[in-house]
Amino acid sequence: MKSQPCFFLLAILFVASASSCIQVKEYQKNKLNDADMALSSRKAEKNELNFQSYREGASGANGGKTGGGCGCN
Amino acid sequence: MKKICLSVIGLYLTFLSSFAQTETDSTSGYKSKPLKVDEINLVESYYKQDGNHSPVTGGIGTEKVTDLSNGLEVKWLGYDASGNKHELMLGMGIDHHSSASSAFVSKTGASKTDGNRIYPSISWTKENEAIGTQFGLGGYYSYEYNYQSIGMDMHMAAKTKNGGEFNAKVSGFFDKVKLILPSELIPAPVVNTNTPATVTSYTTASGRTVYLSSGGTVIASSSNAIPSSPRNTFTASLSFAQIINKRMKVSIATDLVAQHGYLGLPFHRVYFTDASEKVENLPDNRMKVPIGIRLNYFLGDNLIIRSYYRFYTDNWGITAHTASLEIPYKFTPFFSMSPFFRWYTQTASPYFAAYGKHSTSDKYFTSNYSYSAFTSYFMGVGSHIAPPKGIFNTHLSTLEIRYGHYTQSTDLYSNVLSFAFTFK
Repeated sequence: MKSQPCFFLLAILFVASASSCIQVKEYQKNKLNDADMALSSRKAEKNELNFQSYREGASGANGGKTGGGCGCN
Repeated sequence: MKKICLSVIGLYLTFLSSFAQTETDSTSGYKSKPLKVDEINLVESYYKQDGNHSPVTGGIGTEKVTDLSNGLEVKWLGYDASGNKHELMLGMGIDHHSSASSAFVSKTGASKTDGNRIYPSISWTKENEAIGTQFGLGGYYSYEYNYQSIGMDMHMAAKTKNGGEFNAKVSGFFDKVKLILPSELIPAPVVNTNTPATVTSYTTASGRTVYLSSGGTVIASSSNAIPSSPRNTFTASLSFAQIINKRMKVSIATDLVAQHGYLGLPFHRVYFTDASEKVENLPDNRMKVPIGIRLNYFLGDNLIIRSYYRFYTDNWGITAHTASLEIPYKFTPFFSMSPFFRWYTQTASPYFAAYGKHSTSDKYFTSNYSYSAFTSYFMGVGSHIAPPKGIFNTHLSTLEIRYGHYTQSTDLYSNVLSFAFTFK
């Protein structure tokens, strides 16, 4: 599949990033703890994720619906 | 000699006093704290869409939909005698939607176009803050006129020593789809022809056929006891997040999904090359594998880069890519504006064909454009306001406002406006 090399490249990038991490002390986390830096979708995005899962074939891996729970596929 | 004796006596007394302290109770540092309201979240959203490929009318016709969504979530926090933190969350969602194409569930266009969905939820999580582990359970319920769902989950998390966190969740939804068919495709009810009374029939505005005896008693009706069919969804969610340095963190997540049962919708029509029509027919199982990666970076003192990529594939032949970028700019530490852009593309499922294009020999068939090949764009802007003493010094600690415009290459387009209020 053409899309596989793209995905594996990103996965390698992620692993490389994770393995190069440094220890960050609590008093150094002021930027990391900023609300805009959260590694999750925002509260106001909840219904955006819903309508995207209703109107598109793909879903999941974003904190939103994965299937079931409502009359949508 | 006297000095040595005094010294020895002094040392002996010191030795004795070191055992004179009472043994410290290991739990004396923890006092249980009852559950107290910690946070209340309210999310309001208005959604409006239009298009030309309604699956109710076989892939053509209006896709006008409006949806007003309301979600309330209350979180309680407390501590037990062992020092573990307990979080209890109760949620309630109420959506009101209207869909122009729903009128054509009846061939005459007389069916209801609006409906409500109500969906309460409950979640409990226990956290050991000392060792950084969590465990919890959740329950969900959803009801709308043609669909009912009961769900549950078990979730856990663990932090690593160098700024990482694992999360895992397994969940199951046990749903029932009410088999409301297009009116012209409802099988005719069986009438008891042995009755000596004259039987008359009439058709209602919604397309039901009702059979009456000469005395006016209903003998049979095509809407009586509409059956339901089950749909079950099982998901295993795994994610790992890692701090890279003082300015960057990344995460990777996947949801392995297995669905089984009635996976179509009973009021979606399909028209064939010979002009005949049927209700869409989809396989009774579906496996989905999405994998998403997030990377957030704090650039300089005011700019943040929030990026996301997802690869998706399933056994219905759909492969999709999603990429999004959001750039919050912090005007002050407590106020930011975030323009965002999302790109999405997918391949078509082999079960999809446009209006009048399905062959009568197809085993599975749908004209729902959610399964067609298309590209979409979603762009907009959001704001995040969170002053330290609350907005106007009230309990309203955070306000998010977000607007987005969505377009698909299938000519579907929509607008969504959302507000999220957090009270502490």
